[in-house]
Amino acid sequence: MSVLKTKEPSRLFDAPGPKAAARQRVYSVFAALAAAVLLAWVYLGFNRTWEVVRADPGALLGGDVWRPAEDGQWTADKWEPFLDPTLWTGMVLPGMVQTLTAAGISIVLAIVFGLVFGIGRLSDHAWIRWVCGTVVEFFRGIPLLMLIFFTLAAPLAANQLFGVPFGTFLVTPLTAVVVGLTLYNGSVLAEVFRAGINSVPKGQSEAAYSLGMGKTQVMGLILVPQAISSMMPAIVAQLVVLLKDSALGYIVAFPEMLRSFSLIGTRFQNVIPAAIICALIYIVINVSLSRLAIWLERRNARRGKVSAKATVAPGVPGVAPTDVVADTTATPEDPPKG
Amino acid sequence: MEAFLANFNVVIDGFSWTIRLTAISAVFSFALGIVLTAMRVSPVPLLRLMASVYVEAVRNTPLTLVLLFCGLGLNSALGLSFAESVEWNVYWLAVLGLSAYTACFVSEALRSGVNTIPFGQIEAARSLGLTFMQNMRLIVLPQALRSVIGPLGSVLIALTKNTTVASVAGLGVQEASREMKLMFDQGVVPVLPTFIGFAIGFLVLCLPMGWIFGTLSKRMAVAR
Amino acid sequence: MRARTLSTTVAGAAALALALTACGGGGGGDQADDGTITIGVKYDQPGLGLEEGSGQPAGFDVDVATYIAGELGYEPDQIEWTEAASANRETFLQQGTVDMVVATYSITDERKQLVDFAGPYYVAQQDILVQAENEDVAAAEDLEGRTLCSASGSRSAETITETMGIGAELRETQNYSECLQLLTDGQVDAVTTDNTILAGYAAQQAGEFKLLGLEMQEERYGVGLPKGSTERCEEVNAAIAQMYEDGSAEEFLNANFGEAEFEYSTEQPEADGCA
Repeated sequence: MSVLKTKEPSRLFDAPGPKAAARQRVYSVFAALAAAVLLAWVYLGFNRTWEVVRADPGALLGGDVWRPAEDGQWTADKWEPFLDPTLWTGMVLPGMVQTLTAAGISIVLAIVFGLVFGIGRLSDHAWIRWVCGTVVEFFRGIPLLMLIFFTLAAPLAANQLFGVPFGTFLVTPLTAVVVGLTLYNGSVLAEVFRAGINSVPKGQSEAAYSLGMGKTQVMGLILVPQAISSMMPAIVAQLVVLLKDSALGYIVAFPEMLRSFSLIGTRFQNVIPAAIICALIYIVINVSLSRLAIWLERRNARRGKVSAKATVAPGVPGVAPTDVVADTTATPEDPPKG
Repeated sequence: MEAFLANFNVVIDGFSWTIRLTAISAVFSFALGIVLTAMRVSPVPLLRLMASVYVEAVRNTPLTLVLLFCGLGLNSALGLSFAESVEWNVYWLAVLGLSAYTACFVSEALRSGVNTIPFGQIEAARSLGLTFMQNMRLIVLPQALRSVIGPLGSVLIALTKNTTVASVAGLGVQEASREMKLMFDQGVVPVLPTFIGFAIGFLVLCLPMGWIFGTLSKRMAVAR
Repeated sequence: MRARTLSTTVAGAAALALALTACGGGGGGDQADDGTITIGVKYDQPGLGLEEGSGQPAGFDVDVATYIAGELGYEPDQIEWTEAASANRETFLQQGTVDMVVATYSITDERKQLVDFAGPYYVAQQDILVQAENEDVAAAEDLEGRTLCSASGSRSAETITETMGIGAELRETQNYSECLQLLTDGQVDAVTTDNTILAGYAAQQAGEFKLLGLEMQEERYGVGLPKGSTERCEEVNAAIAQMYEDGSAEEFLNANFGEAEFEYSTEQPEADGCA
């Protein structure tokens, strides 16, 4: 079973004896020093006092180089705007709402897309399997940014191909981002669903068939519901991917959160402080979601254990060995992008 | 298609940057990923903490922001430069950002690979007197690597696609997707064929990776 | 039981998604008859149109638009502002999402086929911005071998590197704030685009930067109107003429670019006339 799954001491090493403990202390000190030097470099560099230190390392001991310099990134002028609540209500929040809207619409559409194409790949008809397989493989292999650019150029494409006059339909940045996110994440989820449906023990569908259910009924009533609940962790993990990817909307002027911070940077000339705060917000949101995914996974695993006696290896499908899955929580089959 | 072919040099140039970004970032992210994994399972609590904080923070930040930090933070504010020419400087900055980001996913995959190794082996190795580093090098990592070849292949494919973000985010590397965007903006190329052309370019890069890693992972699978 | 709950959830979610996208697509322009006018301006250009929170932009374009709307009979509180990014200006006008676009919108023959233009209300020039203490760069030719920053999708850099054949290295960013950051830190030697845009940034940090005052390429800013609005176009032209006559134009220019030591022109550019 797994080496690191539990919080008990790892079996990769023994509890340190006196000698090992001393050595570990040395390592810790070195690691702490390295981290401190790196952080100091970043701090002083942003403070524009690194040059002073390079010329005269003794200055490190004085307070001057550490005090926020006026032309540096830590000066109060660059951070004060964030103390103003109207900045948060007027700019950050609307951006966050747009980010969540795009992610929310996309995850729902991606689930639908994933279900349709995931089930399609399990169809009894070879041509349906082939079409669905091609679509899924195509969209999984294309960079999201290219999908977004193409969606934005769709009116031009329609005009060139079918002579559709300009202005017949409008592609807003939101549409472009949602279409891109849906196609890419939907394709990832399609694979996850396929594996999920395959993982439902065969006896279940056999039992359903023997009760006289048709193919559609077996799929809709027996297989899909079970696959979805076993896929919940993967879906939540995919939501993290989606949230991060929606930041690409900034490139096509979709007014999402990163763009709000970009505008704040333009307005107050504090691009770097704005980026730092923006990153922190993303980290908090995504870490919380990852925790939720882990929790869902653990819950599934608990339930899995109960049913494991009756059936063959359930667990979360999608990635090969069951053991791997137990710890990858936030890493879905395809690692996140954007 | 004609306009696409007329611009073929531009397309080739774009993809050559894509490939350069992918190849070098793959090497660095793999190396950094191994270091991070070793730190995360090491006996030294501080190293474990540092690696976990790093992975959690970077993994949960949008890549766009990671690259923005490289372009505006490291390069502009901290004055970190890798090359005299802008072209190569932004290239190396992008490699740094992509590697820093991708290493987290390499490390996640490797760590789950470490988890597949039976306790017995590690305990046996320890009882033979192998140190932590020896244990990692001789017993743990070789097997962990073999068991996660498949997931690592997915990480590499994601990295290939992620190189497109390096064209934006304060760097402006002239990789393939940027060239496609420029062609669309100029409004002279047929959009759909151009898109399909670039898409095929990426599929040509990504699909073989999938096959190779798929075959490798089957061939190298650890029998248990 | 469980199965039914789940499929209902999925169906419900799908319906919700459809409803949401349907909303996203619309937006719809408010026509003049309900007593408001919708104007598209930039939200990310300091000095021209910069959002200052809660959807209220400020800048030269915004002042001009407010003045014109005033002449057309709309009070400032009857104006609804919308962000008009470069990519969606034509579509917004064609779809009626906005009634008017005042957003550093250069009049070109290409665009004239899609939309109508009143004005121009200002003729900008491509110019170069450098650090205030920079004595080495005084003309475009001095950029030979130096680093130039421009936003992706802008053609200003090409004027220098291709049309003028000057061997400057180009650093491309997402927007001009990023260029300004690079210029402040000395990573690039110069930034190039319309002098109004550069002046807008320079005015934010008075004394840090200087404009070279070059005239490399004209950009004639027009007021974008939906195709076929000749009458509205005449009214707007009259408003522009009035704006220059009564000194409002100079007042707006001074208010937005005064800090930048930007030698703006206070002459009314000759109107193109309406189709």
